[in-house]
Amino acid sequence: MQVLEEEGVEVVFGYPGGAVLDIYDELVKTSIRHILVRHEQGAVHAADGYARASGKVGVCLVTSGPGATNTVSGIASAFMDSIPMVVLTGQVPTQLIGNDAFQEVDIVGITRPCTKHNYLVKSVESLAPILKEAFYIARSGRPGPVLVDLPKDVVQGSVTYKPIKELNLKSYNPTYEPNIKQLPKAIKLIKECRRPMVLTGGGVILSRASEELRTFARKIDAPVASTLMGLGGYPGTDPLWLGMIGMHGTYRANMSSYECDLLIAAGVRFDDRVTGKIEGFAPKAKIIHIDIDPTSIRKNIPVTVPIVGDCRITLRKLNQLMDKEDLAGIKAVTRPWLRQIEKWKATKPLNYVQGETIKPQFVVEKLCELSRGEAIITTEVGQNQMWAAQYFHFDRPNGFITSGGLGCMGFGFPAAIGAQIACPDRLVVDIAGDGSIQMNIQEMATAVQYELPVKIVILNNHYLGMVRQFQELFYDRRYACTGMDHAPDFVKLAEAYGAVGLRATRPEEVEPVLKKGLSIPRTVIMDFHVEREECVYPMVPSGKTITEMLLT
Amino acid sequence: MTNNGTKRNILSMLVDNQPGVLSRVAGLFSGRGFNIDSLCVSETVDPLVSRITLVAVGDMSILEQIKKQLNKLINVIKVWDFTDTEFVQRETALFKVRAKPENRAEILRMADIFHATVVDVGAEYYTLEVTGDEGKISALLKLLKPLGIKEIARTGPVALAREKK
Repeated sequence: MQVLEEEGVEVVFGYPGGAVLDIYDELVKTSIRHILVRHEQGAVHAADGYARASGKVGVCLVTSGPGATNTVSGIASAFMDSIPMVVLTGQVPTQLIGNDAFQEVDIVGITRPCTKHNYLVKSVESLAPILKEAFYIARSGRPGPVLVDLPKDVVQGSVTYKPIKELNLKSYNPTYEPNIKQLPKAIKLIKECRRPMVLTGGGVILSRASEELRTFARKIDAPVASTLMGLGGYPGTDPLWLGMIGMHGTYRANMSSYECDLLIAAGVRFDDRVTGKIEGFAPKAKIIHIDIDPTSIRKNIPVTVPIVGDCRITLRKLNQLMDKEDLAGIKAVTRPWLRQIEKWKATKPLNYVQGETIKPQFVVEKLCELSRGEAIITTEVGQNQMWAAQYFHFDRPNGFITSGGLGCMGFGFPAAIGAQIACPDRLVVDIAGDGSIQMNIQEMATAVQYELPVKIVILNNHYLGMVRQFQELFYDRRYACTGMDHAPDFVKLAEAYGAVGLRATRPEEVEPVLKKGLSIPRTVIMDFHVEREECVYPMVPSGKTITEMLLT
Repeated sequence: MTNNGTKRNILSMLVDNQPGVLSRVAGLFSGRGFNIDSLCVSETVDPLVSRITLVAVGDMSILEQIKKQLNKLINVIKVWDFTDTEFVQRETALFKVRAKPENRAEILRMADIFHATVVDVGAEYYTLEVTGDEGKISALLKLLKPLGIKEIARTGPVALAREKK
C-alpha cells in the first residue's frame, strides 16, 4: 500500500473477491480512492481511459480466477495501444497453486503474451520491490500493462517496509536518446526531398511530443497525417493537416502517402490498417522512422533511416539541428507539392448528404461544433469509431481515447468513466454504436453511483454497422447475424439506472437533444436513430493498396 | 524485408534463472508459428543467470523480429546470433544400437573412429555416447541406422563464440 501511495496512485478501479479481501481491508484505510465497477472488464478499460486522459499509470485490482480472466481483453487492448497500467490480481494461497483450487487460474501464464511484463509474487519480502518494478516498467520506454499476481497468503503476511531506492533491472534499459549519428542522415534526406510528409502516431501522444512535432512540420512545411492512435497529436484545424491515414483515411492523406518522396514517421508501428498492401505503401518514398521500440522499426516496412529514441527528444534534437540549416530552399521546392494536396483536398473531401433521416456523421459534426472540439472523446469500435475519428477535429493530445490496435468493443464507456475521473472538470463523451454500448452497459451503475457526468452518444442503426458494411460491399448484402433488432429502449434503460435518457429520430432534433444532453450535469444517454445502411467512406478493402479507395 | 529465404539459426542468450522465463522465450517462437528445433538450458557461473542455446529454422525477417522481441523481454539479459559467425558448437547424443553378434566389432570400430564410447552394454543393445558438432553426430547416425537403432536422445547444440585470435 505504501508503494502504491509512493507511486502517486490516487485511484484504483476494482472489484473485490475472496482472494483480495486482505488488500481491500487495507485499501480503505489509505487515501487511495476506489471505484467499484460492475464487471472486471470495465475496471481495466476504466484504468486505461484514466491513464490516457491523465498520462499517469492506471491501476486496477481484481480477484483471482474469473476476476482475473475478465481483465484479459482490457489488458490486451492496453498492450496493443501501449498504455501504462498496473493490474493487480488476487491468487489462491501459494500452497494451493497448481491444485485446481477454487477460483484459481494461471493468469500469469494467460497474460504472458499480452502484457509488457508480469509477476507472480512468491514472498511478502519481494512484494514491495516487485510493485516498484511493475510501475517503472509500465510507464517507462514504450509503456504497457504490467500484471502482478498476488497469492492470498503473501498479502496476509507482514513485513517492515523499507523504501526502495534503486531497482535491479539489469536487462531493461529503454533507449530515450537517439543515436546522434542517425540525425544528420535524417537532416540530409529532409534537405534533398521535394514532397515530404509527416506521419504521426500514438508514440507522439505518449511522449508528449505534440509541440515539437508542430515546430518540426512547420519548419519544413510538411503536411501531416496521423494514424488513428495519433489523432490530437497534431491540430486537426491546421492548414498542413491531412487527416487520418489508412483503411478509412482521407483521400488526400492516402494519396499523399503514395506520392510523397520522403515520409517522416514518428511514434507509429505501420499497422496493416494503416499501410494497406505493404508493397503499395509509400512506394516512392525514403522513410525516416522514429520510435522508442526497436521492434517496431523494420517490422512491416523497410526504412531508410531508423532512429530508435523517444519521439519528443528526437524531434527536439532534429529541430535544433535544422535551426542551423537554411531551410528557405525546402519551402520553395515543396510549394507545388502542397498545391497538389490542396487539389486533392478540394476534389475529394470527406462528405455526406444530410437527408430525411439522421446521418451519423452529422451527429458527430454537431457534437464537435457544440463542444467547440474541446471534449474528451472515447469511442467504441466500428463505424462509430471511424466517424468519430473522421468528423471530430482533435486539436489537442489526450482528447481521443479509443481501442485502436485490439479494436475491443465495449471499451468506450468504461474508458469514459476513467477519463472523467482523471479530468472531473472536462466534458467526456463516449461515441458509441448500439452494438458496442451493450457490451459494457452495466457500467451505467458505476457512472451513476459516482455521479459522473459522462455523456453517451449512441449512433443507433440497429446493426453491427461495420460488419454489415463489409457484408454489403463484399458479401453481396447478405447480412448474416448483424441485425440488432432486439435492442433495449435506451432511454428507459438510462432511466432504470438513474441516469437521463434522450432520443432523436429526425435531423432537426439532433441539435436540441445534443444541447440538452450536454448541459445536464449527470450521466446521459443520447440515442440517435440514424440512417440504417450508412457506410464509412473512404474505405480501402483489406489487402488493397491504400490509394484504391472506395469513395461512395 | 519480406522473404530473405529461410535459414538455420543458432541463438544463444543469457536470461534470469527464474520460473516462466523459458515459457516467455518459447512463446515468441510459437506465437509466430515457428518450431524450435532444439533447445538447451542450464545455469551459468552466476546461479542467478541461465544460458539458453536454441536452434530454429525460418524466414530471416521473422527471425530478425523474434531476436528484437527477445531483447525486449525483461528477463532476457543478452542475445547472440551465431549464424554466419565464428563459433564452436557441441552436441551430445546417446544411441541405443542393436548389437547382433556379427555386428559388434563393426559397432566398436565405428565408435572408435568417431571417438564415441560405449556407456551401456545389454544382451541385445549397446548404448553409445558421442560428442561433436551436428555434422559428426548425423554422420554416425547415418552409419549406425542400417544396424538398427532402438532409441536416440540428442541434447541439441550448445555453442559459444570463438575468442579473437
